[in-house]
Amino acid sequence: MAEFLQQLLNGLSLGAIYALIALGYTMVYGVLRFINFAHSDVFMVGSFIGYYAGKLVPENTIWGGLIVLVISMVGCAILGMTIERLAYRPLRGAATLNVLIAAIGVSLLLEYSGQVFFGAAPRTFPALFPSINFSVGGLVLSTNQLLVIVVTTLLMVALQFIVHRTKIGTAMRAVSLNPKAAQLVGINIDVVISFTFALGSALAAAGGILYALNYPSIDPLMGVMPGLKAFVAAVLGGIGNIPGAALGGLILGVVETFVNGSQWSTYKDAIAFAILIIIMLFRPAGLLGKFTIEKV
Amino acid sequence: MLTVSDLQVSYGAISALGGISFKIEPGAIVTLIGGNGAGKTTTLRTVSGLLRAKTGKIEFLGEDITALPAHKIVARGLCHVPEGRMIFSNLTVDENLAMGAYLLTDHALIAKNRDYVFSIFPRLNERLKQTAGTLSGGEQQMLAIGRALMGSPKFLMLDEPSLGIAPRLISTIFEKIVEINRSHGITILLVEQNANLALEISSYAYVLETGRIVMAGESKQLRNDPQLKATYLGG
Repeated sequence: MAEFLQQLLNGLSLGAIYALIALGYTMVYGVLRFINFAHSDVFMVGSFIGYYAGKLVPENTIWGGLIVLVISMVGCAILGMTIERLAYRPLRGAATLNVLIAAIGVSLLLEYSGQVFFGAAPRTFPALFPSINFSVGGLVLSTNQLLVIVVTTLLMVALQFIVHRTKIGTAMRAVSLNPKAAQLVGINIDVVISFTFALGSALAAAGGILYALNYPSIDPLMGVMPGLKAFVAAVLGGIGNIPGAALGGLILGVVETFVNGSQWSTYKDAIAFAILIIIMLFRPAGLLGKFTIEKV
Repeated sequence: MLTVSDLQVSYGAISALGGISFKIEPGAIVTLIGGNGAGKTTTLRTVSGLLRAKTGKIEFLGEDITALPAHKIVARGLCHVPEGRMIFSNLTVDENLAMGAYLLTDHALIAKNRDYVFSIFPRLNERLKQTAGTLSGGEQQMLAIGRALMGSPKFLMLDEPSLGIAPRLISTIFEKIVEINRSHGITILLVEQNANLALEISSYAYVLETGRIVMAGESKQLRNDPQLKATYLGG
């Protein structure tokens, strides 16, 4: 039982990070109907901003850690808006495939410029927050793990508030439902799309910091695998659906952790993706997605 | 109020509007009638900025709006209630109305507009917390018009408000359109396939056929026009 709870906790903290990244995929899909493949690299840049900003504040302090978190989120929000403005906006109205190819291009650009600027060798991420391991009833908990869960929960509550209780959030949902009608009530969809990229990228940055705190070796290609899994999580939950992305991330994290702790640990990724395929066979629109026929 | 001159629009190589011109005076209800594919919806979409004109000029309140993006045209008081209603189906009635007032910042004005919308469509007030997609066709049309009224429009373009609505509700909707025009002096451009109804409530009409205006005149005269009767009014 203790082992089960331990694995569940480990899984939830990993899943929370997938969820943070998955939200960015799903929100951008919601307003633009394409997968922003560069999103996983924004996550990587988030870690690196954290790495450099971490050198400017004392280690092992809560305020220092929080400042680094905020700097990284703001930095990535700006990066996300810049990517949208330079790479995707000129392609607005073009076939989705063209935008997808552009997204892959941006992804490769970030990865390999990362290797130029940061170097290809892995770096050790600083211990930003004070970290203690302690045990409760046979469970070994680390404060960094709890930090992941607390920060993710707070960010999701904030996101839920923005999306459902603010004007810009309602406008985001309106654009996602019907961009034409949104323009006809006076919504500037460029502004809403920029805002969506900023929001998604800030969440990815938070994911990048939290991930690096728990797996403190960062390199310019570190985003590839978590990004892919977060994308899977977004599809699993129902792409375009915000609670779906969070649920998908948590499920994927928990499954991966349990498989990793079993005798089939070598196949953890294969099993995670097999589960995705099985769920998609029965629920093609994802767990919380609604099946709609693409209008042409 | 609105002056359209020599407007040409095409979808790729296919011409949808072959140079149309018309004029709408302030305070009037003007209708644009014509069959399927005549270019009625294309006309409205071009005026509201969803489509771009190939050539021609659209002037609203004396200013050229031909090249403006849709959201800036709405900001000037020209509001388009699109065909098929296009309400935000996953949002509540309340949120739909709030989005209608997206460009307004004066809370007193927003509250006043809401009261006005509820005075015209009391049904919307009863359904405030309901998801818009679950409303009946008629209620959705009320919501679409109500949403447009939330933005304090000076000029309203309605595209096929009778489409997909229970017959007994159609006359209600049309009465409300007249009321909006009379009580608030909002100028209305009405696009309708139901030419009988449209000619009844409008003062002036344009008849569109395959992208050209083939007839124009006062509605009461057009109602008795033998050629128009044979084509659009069912003999």
